[in-house]
Amino acid sequence: MTQEIGTELPLQQQESVVIRFAGDSGDGMQITGNQFTGTSAILGNDLATLPDFPAEIRAPAGTRPGVSGFQIHFSSSDIHTPGDAPDVLVAMNPAALAVNLGDLKQGGIIVVNTGNFKATDLKKAKVDPSPLEDHSLDGYRVIKIDINERVKMALADSPLSSKDVQRCKNFYTLGLMYWLYSRPLETTLNWLEEKFKKKPDLVKANQMALKAGYNAGDIHEMFQGQYEVPACNTMPAGKYRNIMGNPALSLGLVAGAELAKLDILLGAYPITPASDILHQLSNYKNFGVITMQMEDEIAAICAAIGGSYAGHLGITATSGPGMALKGEAMGLAVSAELPLVIVDIQRAGPSTGMPTKVEQTDLLQSIFGRNGEAPMPVLAASTPADCFDMAIEACRIAVEYMTPVILLSDNYLSNGSEPWMLPKLEDLKPFEAKFRTDPEGYQPYSRDEKGARPWVKPGTPGLEHRIGGLEKENLTGNICYDADNHELMTNLRQAKLMAVRESIPTPEVTGASDADVLVLGWGSTLGPITSAVDKSIVAGKSVARIHLRHVWPLPHGLDEIFSRYKLILVPENNLGQMARILKSEYPTHNFHSYAKVQGKPFTTTDILAKITEILES
Amino acid sequence: MSVTIAPLTKKDLKSDQDVRWCPGCGDYAILNAAQGALAKLGIPKENFMWVSGIGCSSRFPYYMDCYGFHTIHGRAPAFATGIKTANPELSVWIATGDGDCFSIGGNHIIHLLRRNVDVKVLLFNNEIYGLTKGQYSPTSPVGHRSKSTPVGSVDRPFNPLSVALGAGATFVARTMDNDMKHMTLTINQSAAHKGTAFVEIYQNCVIFNDGAFNEVAEKSVRKSKTIDLQPGQPMVYGAEDEKGLRLREFHVERCTAEEADIWDPTDASPARAFLMAQLDQDPEMPNPIGILRMIDAPIFDLEVTKQVTDAVEKKGRGKLEDLIYAGDLWDVE
Repeated sequence: MTQEIGTELPLQQQESVVIRFAGDSGDGMQITGNQFTGTSAILGNDLATLPDFPAEIRAPAGTRPGVSGFQIHFSSSDIHTPGDAPDVLVAMNPAALAVNLGDLKQGGIIVVNTGNFKATDLKKAKVDPSPLEDHSLDGYRVIKIDINERVKMALADSPLSSKDVQRCKNFYTLGLMYWLYSRPLETTLNWLEEKFKKKPDLVKANQMALKAGYNAGDIHEMFQGQYEVPACNTMPAGKYRNIMGNPALSLGLVAGAELAKLDILLGAYPITPASDILHQLSNYKNFGVITMQMEDEIAAICAAIGGSYAGHLGITATSGPGMALKGEAMGLAVSAELPLVIVDIQRAGPSTGMPTKVEQTDLLQSIFGRNGEAPMPVLAASTPADCFDMAIEACRIAVEYMTPVILLSDNYLSNGSEPWMLPKLEDLKPFEAKFRTDPEGYQPYSRDEKGARPWVKPGTPGLEHRIGGLEKENLTGNICYDADNHELMTNLRQAKLMAVRESIPTPEVTGASDADVLVLGWGSTLGPITSAVDKSIVAGKSVARIHLRHVWPLPHGLDEIFSRYKLILVPENNLGQMARILKSEYPTHNFHSYAKVQGKPFTTTDILAKITEILES
Repeated sequence: MSVTIAPLTKKDLKSDQDVRWCPGCGDYAILNAAQGALAKLGIPKENFMWVSGIGCSSRFPYYMDCYGFHTIHGRAPAFATGIKTANPELSVWIATGDGDCFSIGGNHIIHLLRRNVDVKVLLFNNEIYGLTKGQYSPTSPVGHRSKSTPVGSVDRPFNPLSVALGAGATFVARTMDNDMKHMTLTINQSAAHKGTAFVEIYQNCVIFNDGAFNEVAEKSVRKSKTIDLQPGQPMVYGAEDEKGLRLREFHVERCTAEEADIWDPTDASPARAFLMAQLDQDPEMPNPIGILRMIDAPIFDLEVTKQVTDAVEKKGRGKLEDLIYAGDLWDVE
């Protein structure tokens, strides 16, 4: 590049910045956001991202339901969330501006594509009068650019049709943002080469648009200066990549199967936001992974249980509505005592609810949502990268205890991203599955010290046996309706669940070992809770935090921890499901539920305000 | 590598469990026929895998001394698909009933058939719900009086053969619980088929629907009320095999034995098989038994596992390190 960064305009340092790219769902905002993310990651920023897109594939162009957004928070210090309020809003049309303006920080920057603010555009977005003219944007720094026109001019010599030229708008916009935040273009230029390998015209056009946007920053003096967000130097040393929750979870499942020395058999049925796990695993055939897209959610889990019965690691991945359908089969897996991993990427319910929005409302369904006493361990990942670790943990518990395990993630984790410090493979502890082959003294429902029964592959000579969902006689596994035996078996299954506690750590408290408030979270609330508690501690408040990754059974040691705090605040994206469990498990402590069910994650500000409110009351 | 397999006897496949069907139930004969047929297949008993759902027929696996999985209502085809794909070496069998297969399990059976998973399905059709004590089923005839239809059912029933043919089944056959010889033959034929084999068995429920098939299956009328369709054989029936059927355009007509067509279940088009399946509707016509359809098609479990072995062969067995340490990486010092 010939352009010297910041030669004419002042370069200011900023610690952290939040940008939200917003446009029509066909405008390529997710690509734009992901490119900005990749470049920032390689620059060494800590970061967190959150896409926000409609459930509709293409809602009518220019309308508010069709707005797709991508928020990135990048920083030179440790961060835990994609940021509460954007510093910069890139609005590609009036609908994007109208939908997102309310979130923008006071005095923030709005980059607006005036090329899409004609009367028809305003009408489609139901915006009247134009916000560009009615002074409603007076509290912001508004940068008006006719990106449609700029791209047209920049690509005047391109052989692409005028429609295809306009599709390069997002790269012009990205170039502009790269200039504003002093980012290099190389990562994206290379990505375009790779992406459109077979279409050199598209590579060239998009690269030209990117460079034109970048150069426009200097030439047109739209901005008062450039900013720089230096690399984050508090991140632990190691090798990193940026990762979203669902890809991390998929990799974790493959890793878990390797550590168990098993091949995966995934039974799945497409459902937002879990389908990406099916997509990703279906590309890992050379890892021995079998994926089967079944006819429905029930068939998906049944095929997975069949896989486990035959000696594979059965896995199924779904979301809330699918969990409801799978309930009966989960009960069979409990009764047959077979390993199985059930992944639930939670979304807003009930019923179809809001498929692309976040909620933590499947907790009670996961713990209790089956007929009969059907105890199952439930885990919850807390960050996108943690999805990797928790997927391994789910495989471990399933295999070591011969039990189905539910792993909860959610829509915030599945699509959000963060830098992932890559594990050293030698640090991953193996838990090789043991298959019984010795007929001597074999009993299908004998148990080892963990309470697990022997796993036998059909095809093993001398160990032929029959099992099913009817109650089984202890040890022999024969059908048995005896009263005392049923109580014994019910207690044995429960005891096996509780035995899982012996293999899970007591979570650590961050902050004072005794204080006025302990903030307890589980799942994806970790980010905003960490940010809010960190800030409270810096402000001298008497606050600490604890986070649960094993949500059922609960780990040992919590009772003693809870006894050191006056009040335990439990923020959840539900109406207090975990708080309800804690109240019944630890009735002597003072739990305070903080519910948010807007289809959106908590912000740091939300939790900070709640902590302050409690401390002041 | 050749392994000598000690031949099995029927007794080898009898489990130590007490059989708990009602005295006189047709299931006993089916169990007996299956044990006899399977023992002679030359398959080691540890490779037999019976899968079932819920219902009287679904107790079947408990009585076979091999691997057995008694699962949940209607879902046996999905479990069997998982098991067979995880280990295509197994000889996987499903025992199911008309409610299990065509009511609650309707979705799964059609998908098993269309995928052509190498699984054998024995449908015990007694046109009634037995285990729940006597409600009409999706194969009960219109007007059937049962506990849940005191003035007669109004639902039009499924014809199991037509449903299987419509779902693209590659092997479709029918037999009867009171004809041990034919039942054994049909089970053997289904075992020899590569792909999903669907076998409907007229099964008598002595308690809730006794004699449902007497009009066609009773020994004294069977020869004239059924026609045994066998590949390459003339389509003849009657006490002395004196009657015949022939296909003319889109209908089936009766004729003399000499004029009868030769039956070919391997025809690329299922049209003739459909016509034969529909004969049940016509009281003047014999009900078809034997093999209605028998064609070759790609087999799901082999295709799925081939994609996996091909990928391993082409790319080598994947290394976790390559998967994790992939994409744009950076170092933090």
